Amino acid sequence: MHAGIQLGGIDYVILVVYFLFVLGIGFALKRYTKTSEDFFLSGRSIPAWIAGLAFLSANLGAQEMIGMAASGAKYGIATAHFYWVGAIPAMVFVGIFMMPFYYGSKARSVPEYLKLRFDEKTRGFNAISFATMTVFSSGISMYALAKLLELLLGWDFNFSLWASAIIVFGYIYLGGLTSAIYNEVLQFFLIVLGFAPLVYLGLRDVGGWAGLTAKLNTVASANGYAEGTWSQSWRHMSSPAANPMGVEWFGMVMGLGFVLSFGYWCTDFLVVQRAMAANSMSAARRTPLIAAVPKMLFPFLIIVPGMIAIGLTYANADFTLPKMADGTWDYTMVIPNMLAHYFPPGVLGLGLTALMASFMSGMAGNVTAFNTVWTYDIYQSYIKKDATDAHLLWVGRMTTVFGILASVGTAYLATQFNNIMDFLQLVFAFVNAPLFATFLLGMFWKRATGHGAFFGLLSGTLAAAAHHGTTIPAGGVGWIKGAWLTQWLGMAPQHTYPSEMAQNFWTAIWAWTVCFVATIVISHLTKRTKTDEDLKGLVYSLTPRPKEEHLPWWKTPEGFGVVVLVLAVVLNVLFW
Amino acid sequence: MGLDIRTPIGLMFSIFGALLVGYGLLTRGSEIYARSGGTNINLDWGFVLLVFGGVMLWLGRKGGKKG
Repeated sequence: MHAGIQLGGIDYVILVVYFLFVLGIGFALKRYTKTSEDFFLSGRSIPAWIAGLAFLSANLGAQEMIGMAASGAKYGIATAHFYWVGAIPAMVFVGIFMMPFYYGSKARSVPEYLKLRFDEKTRGFNAISFATMTVFSSGISMYALAKLLELLLGWDFNFSLWASAIIVFGYIYLGGLTSAIYNEVLQFFLIVLGFAPLVYLGLRDVGGWAGLTAKLNTVASANGYAEGTWSQSWRHMSSPAANPMGVEWFGMVMGLGFVLSFGYWCTDFLVVQRAMAANSMSAARRTPLIAAVPKMLFPFLIIVPGMIAIGLTYANADFTLPKMADGTWDYTMVIPNMLAHYFPPGVLGLGLTALMASFMSGMAGNVTAFNTVWTYDIYQSYIKKDATDAHLLWVGRMTTVFGILASVGTAYLATQFNNIMDFLQLVFAFVNAPLFATFLLGMFWKRATGHGAFFGLLSGTLAAAAHHGTTIPAGGVGWIKGAWLTQWLGMAPQHTYPSEMAQNFWTAIWAWTVCFVATIVISHLTKRTKTDEDLKGLVYSLTPRPKEEHLPWWKTPEGFGVVVLVLAVVLNVLFW
Repeated sequence: MGLDIRTPIGLMFSIFGALLVGYGLLTRGSEIYARSGGTNINLDWGFVLLVFGGVMLWLGRKGGKKG
């Protein structure tokens, strides 16, 4: 039983050609993968534009594609805040201010930077939580892919799961990070060229931007919001009641734009690893900036289809979103349903291949990051300190086997206990939220100590848990949504947020603030264990500025960063 | 690094382009194009992919010669 896309022969041919190329790239790269640095860091040889596109694609997994299109239908163009506010400033910041320390310190991973800057326990905390998180994310990606193919094409769940696992395993085992990066670049072009005709056909069908706006006004009115709520990004952000996100501008800018966004783009090894693989300091600094340019245009590729879908649904056209068991729209089906609605066989194969590519590279990105952290930060640090390079390369390949099997296990776990997955994601959110405070203080304040960082991070994580445990979103039922602590203590929730998103943003704001303050206080109370000499190359005030003379201003990372920010402001104003 | 990624990208999209153009020619006037509002999107988009693939192949060759 499946919800009906009939693939033609041509579509299968396109799919098969793509898989042949994916594996072919792995085989072609095998002979260049000789040392552990080749396997884990691509021998630090990747040109800026490739690293940049991979930086972007590594983040463009299943959750992103399906989730952002769904939000486009649910919230309209305001979803673009996740790009223009929630990504671009952080990407510029990590390129200009943080990359000199990541790349310059020769750390091989983000946890290793924490070891160099602070101490072993801070690294251990980050390495273990990150390694666990990547396995779970990769498992969730696999689960989502297999589930989607089952629903859409009637493919067997087990077959899809194992087939995707074997393909991802094959190309990472052979070519390591380079394989993953190359396939991410391939995926980037597939997404752009596979979805562009969808946006074109969709917009033409609804009568262009003007026609779409008119349809979205109907959607807004029908849901009790002012006209334009779905087609204007900022005008309805003055109070949580005025927009379907249930968030006001301050929570948006501070929670998403500052804490969550900087926490992800500046400290998550999944993306930072792509920049660390770049072939020079200037390429590493440009990596996130190059990624930022397509990133700010992606709303038109991913969010607009969602907006078209909801517009058509309310216009009583020949398209409606499917409904879930409880009668609400199933927003997660936006992309597959839009593909089936507008694409005849042929481009349909292209669109589906693009979708599958994004799921698989989401998996691969997590597996490569897991490999590196496990091998360098856990195996080499705690298990076998005197390992030879050949041994580490072997361990890396074996870790690929283990990482993939663990992901498959996680995917099966997800079929059994959906709650466990929600719970784990919640815990990781607690761990991640305060992380940016640790890095900010680590990189820009030489007085920050190892004890300060570790216990600050711990306090921030506990603060996140406490905030979540004492507040609840409107209509939230069950401990997973919050207020479990107050319930346990027999009290009423301390605060009710207008939406889950608002609760998430404020949890992050609390976690960050507590970590920031606690790190400063504890650092002042504890002794420095690293001298100025130790911290050279790791802290801003003790590191010589990277000089990029001979370049016109717009070719320097700083100039490029300013251009990117100006473009982002222009987009915000255009869709104000 | 050894392998210029632009070459496989160019090759793959050229193949996709050729497939779509071929399929588009075979299905001219078919009712499958009711979905795409009457446009033979396979034919049109196939050409776009062919051009993109060609440019990538050319860039890959140029880069290869330089290196």
